[in-house]
Amino acid sequence: MTTVRADAASLSWYEASARQRIDALIDRGSFDEFIGPEQRETSPHLSIFDLPEQFDDGIVIGRGHLDASSVLVAAQEGRFMGGALGEVHGAKLTGLLRAARKLKEDVLILFDTGGVRLQEANAGELAIAEIMRAVIEVRRAGIKVIGLIGGRAGCYGGGSLIAGTCSNLIISEQGRISVSGPEVIETNKGVEEFDSRDRALVWRTMGGKHRYLIGGADMFVDDAALAFREAAIAALQLDRRCDLAVLAAEQERLERRLKRFGHARDAVEVWQSMGIEKPAEIPGLPAEEFLRRAADKRENADDAR
Amino acid sequence: MTLDDILAGLFPSGIDIKRAGTEVAGRATLSDAGPIHLLGITQGSPVGVDEAIALARRVIEIIKSGDRAPILLLVDSASQLMSRRDELLGLNEYLAHLAKVLLLAEAEGHRTVGLLYGGSAAGAFIATALAAGTLVALPTAHPVVMDLPSMARVTKLPIEVLKAKAETTPVFAPGLDNMVRTGGVHFVWSEGEPLSAQLAAVLARPAGDDERDRLGAARGGRRKAAEIADRVAAIAMRSCTEPHDD
Repeated sequence: MTTVRADAASLSWYEASARQRIDALIDRGSFDEFIGPEQRETSPHLSIFDLPEQFDDGIVIGRGHLDASSVLVAAQEGRFMGGALGEVHGAKLTGLLRAARKLKEDVLILFDTGGVRLQEANAGELAIAEIMRAVIEVRRAGIKVIGLIGGRAGCYGGGSLIAGTCSNLIISEQGRISVSGPEVIETNKGVEEFDSRDRALVWRTMGGKHRYLIGGADMFVDDAALAFREAAIAALQLDRRCDLAVLAAEQERLERRLKRFGHARDAVEVWQSMGIEKPAEIPGLPAEEFLRRAADKRENADDAR
Repeated sequence: MTLDDILAGLFPSGIDIKRAGTEVAGRATLSDAGPIHLLGITQGSPVGVDEAIALARRVIEIIKSGDRAPILLLVDSASQLMSRRDELLGLNEYLAHLAKVLLLAEAEGHRTVGLLYGGSAAGAFIATALAAGTLVALPTAHPVVMDLPSMARVTKLPIEVLKAKAETTPVFAPGLDNMVRTGGVHFVWSEGEPLSAQLAAVLARPAGDDERDRLGAARGGRRKAAEIADRVAAIAMRSCTEPHDD
């Protein structure tokens, strides 16, 4: 039986906490947390910097049912240290993926992260490498790893590389995917290269609509928990492999993107060369109209991710 | 050691190598281990969409050849290229793709060995050296996630304070020693010994599971990661067999 919380339809994914997202995503009452906050597995490193700890180290992991199918779930908490990956946070996700491989259970990762937690930078960097390796091993075993992106902290840095290894990505307009964040580019290369205070520039360069249009994400949904839930249920039905044919297709897909759009200076130019109707209007469109204009024009990454 | 010194040390009987900009690619024969592919990102250059896709193409060609020969990946890079263009084009997909094809090569029977001989940082480090099955480094290597001045800006701590903390904990500070202690680098080679023999020794080891968290625990630089990951896996396995009470 499938039951959904009554408020899932209206709950904003962007505004919600990690625990609220899991509550709204998973069948009611089915979530079983692993190493929950009562076990107080905090970061051993933050006290060196006199920073507060959190009992779950900013990530909730466990098992639940999604439309009656058993899935493993990890949700990052963007409100704690920007969802950044440290040693414990990263190891919880690595352990979950290693279990998925043995148990043949699909995995959902609810990204909400600025990337590596600098106060434990080496541990965070290595955790990302370990997670990416574990994702590929899981996918090689025929298991799906689905990423959901629409949180306040976005999906930045090493988190965006992990997202790039997932078999399927669901994104909302508010979801942002980028390796270097706007402030990092501005700090290193100057405001002429990237003005981080120009929010419209940030959204159209890194935001969900652009990523969906160029094939950087597979499903575009409203900023509502129920929309994410329905998309995740649909994504679980898709067959996704990770072999030479798929990665050779990804190679061609990414080479074609450079040929088609490599000279564009702005996202609107990219959308124009795709043949999108009135491309300058894209940022302001509601989801339904956006999807209508994107249909048949967007690049898709099916069987090439 | 310069790149030429390293290549001469690794392949005393010579190597057929092509250089294009900061990219190197080639093939050599090891005296007792047969052919080996060589790839590299050199000169401390950043890795953007163009560099990542060119390297990935070579890896895919190697996998398609079906020879299952080892791949040696030489790394002296900066961080990922920080630019509006690269992010507009989806740099995360290009870097992830490079890591994925390296992981695929290993799964398809190619030993992959990263040799860090210079710098590497952040996303470029993850997509190259850290995606190899075994990572070795020369003593001159200097990996960083973020340099201390930038870290001082982000953490709002004075650099003197960071330097003092860096001496007592390997978990955040830049440099090879810290990356070794946290388990990211398997071996540090000696410049005084023949590199070819040290490479042969690495290739003679059986390929296995990801052991970096265990190395980090054994070396005292990352004490919790392996234990937490093991505990999560054990709980997941155990709870899977228990009936759910709803």
